[in-house]
Amino acid sequence: MRAAAIILGVLLFGAARLPMEHALSQTHRELHFRTVDFNLDLREQLGQLGFVAALSGFRSLVADALFIEAHVAWEHTEWGRVLLLFRQVTTIQPRAPLFWDMAAWHMAWNASTAAMNDRTQPRLALRIKAAREYFQLGKDFLERGIKNNPERPELCEALARLYRDKYDDHEHASEFFARAAALPGAHSYARRFAAYELAQCAGRENDAYRQLRALYDSGEQERLPTLLRHLKELEIKLDIPPDQRIPD
Amino acid sequence: MAAIVGNTLTGLTRLKIFYVLLLFALLLIGCSVFMAQMTFQQEFQVLKDIALGAMSIFTSLIAVIATARLLPQDIEDRTAYTVLAKPVSRFEYLSGKLLGVLLLLALSLLAMSALFFVVLVLREQSVLNETARQMADAPAEQSAETLRLVRASAFNVNLFSGIGVIYVKGCLLAALTLFVSTFATSTIFTTIAMAFVYFIGHLQAIAREYWLQNNSAGWFTKVFLALVALFFPDLQLFNLTDDVVAGNAIPLALLLKTIGMGLFYSSFYLALAWAAFFRKEL
Repeated sequence: MRAAAIILGVLLFGAARLPMEHALSQTHRELHFRTVDFNLDLREQLGQLGFVAALSGFRSLVADALFIEAHVAWEHTEWGRVLLLFRQVTTIQPRAPLFWDMAAWHMAWNASTAAMNDRTQPRLALRIKAAREYFQLGKDFLERGIKNNPERPELCEALARLYRDKYDDHEHASEFFARAAALPGAHSYARRFAAYELAQCAGRENDAYRQLRALYDSGEQERLPTLLRHLKELEIKLDIPPDQRIPD
Repeated sequence: MAAIVGNTLTGLTRLKIFYVLLLFALLLIGCSVFMAQMTFQQEFQVLKDIALGAMSIFTSLIAVIATARLLPQDIEDRTAYTVLAKPVSRFEYLSGKLLGVLLLLALSLLAMSALFFVVLVLREQSVLNETARQMADAPAEQSAETLRLVRASAFNVNLFSGIGVIYVKGCLLAALTLFVSTFATSTIFTTIAMAFVYFIGHLQAIAREYWLQNNSAGWFTKVFLALVALFFPDLQLFNLTDDVVAGNAIPLALLLKTIGMGLFYSSFYLALAWAAFFRKEL
């Protein structure tokens, strides 16, 4: 009789806490706290032990173990393994911008350079193709990272650098530097870099001039050599009247 | 009741549970040696992940193992008969036992946190000195920005929230273990049952959400999922450390709700333990 009453008590308590748990889960989701989708793909990627550990609340520990493995694979320049391990790391810990950033850096910078210098591939066209595929993998990591961490400026900055250094795409680089600058905790140079990149976009000179001039007018601390150089170039290009130009 | 709390704590301390701290210290030192090869952001991220993960594992283990042996041991030693023969109610006896474990958990978590913060501060200072030396010739603004970045990577206030939630989860597990041990036949049974509860508790959210969704699952599946959702607490709600380590802010309202919920669950399981123990034939 007492056992039945206790079981009933547990069930009633369960029914009472369900709405609370559901509401709190929703809050977690709104804050992007539970973005891991535990499915068969992840099970295959992590292996049984890793999957169980990740399910038991030790996602970070599993992610770190895989990250250290990826670090070792990078030291041995095993790029395929680095990619596979970083895919696993970012799948189970999508809220750590560092992992997305490192994954993109290994792909777009290290693996692409290794592909370009690959002595086993005599054809330059194929080496360039391989390097571009690695750029794309890096870009893909950063785009997914931004989707999972929309409030963190580091990944927007990293994507802007990727567009600038690997794709020579100044328009997108400017867009992502500006997005980073608008987020809390961004580096003070992000706004400046957005304007620098815009200054190199054909057809966007007026916007770039306005932004650079606003930075120049904001104070002495922004009047850095690169900013002055871009401003001078734009003043000539846009034929700004001499009385509105910055002093030499 | 204070005497029961004190005796429980002393008894558990004599079991050399604090040796866990030695393991924890070794883990931190081992990590520090390996992580010297990484960049400071990677190093701090991994150090915080491993430290908080280890704190969570050790706290949960201590909560379950220490609580599981309390009642069977007292009954085997016949201490329970001596205590309950005095004017001590069974509720006071159970509460005293649980509070003793919670005190032990608090002490061990405090010690682990102190160790962790010492290692973190030492590493932070070392990285700051190294960075300041490297940036000696750089412009002041650039140097200040880099040092700010090092400080931000090492320490954030949310680490305290993460540790607080680990403690609350430990309290919940201890209360639940006490409840299970009131009807369990042995310490081993309680420990194994709690291992299952721990794993199922972390999967409960998946079962609950699937059950509450409109889907084509058969009635047997639905009943099974409903039982999982109703019998087991959602332990995933107490896993905020993954986000804390990643540097994400935990809103105060969410933290308070989580702590409140943990304390409410613990109180309820203590009440259930009392209901099961109330007229139990000893």
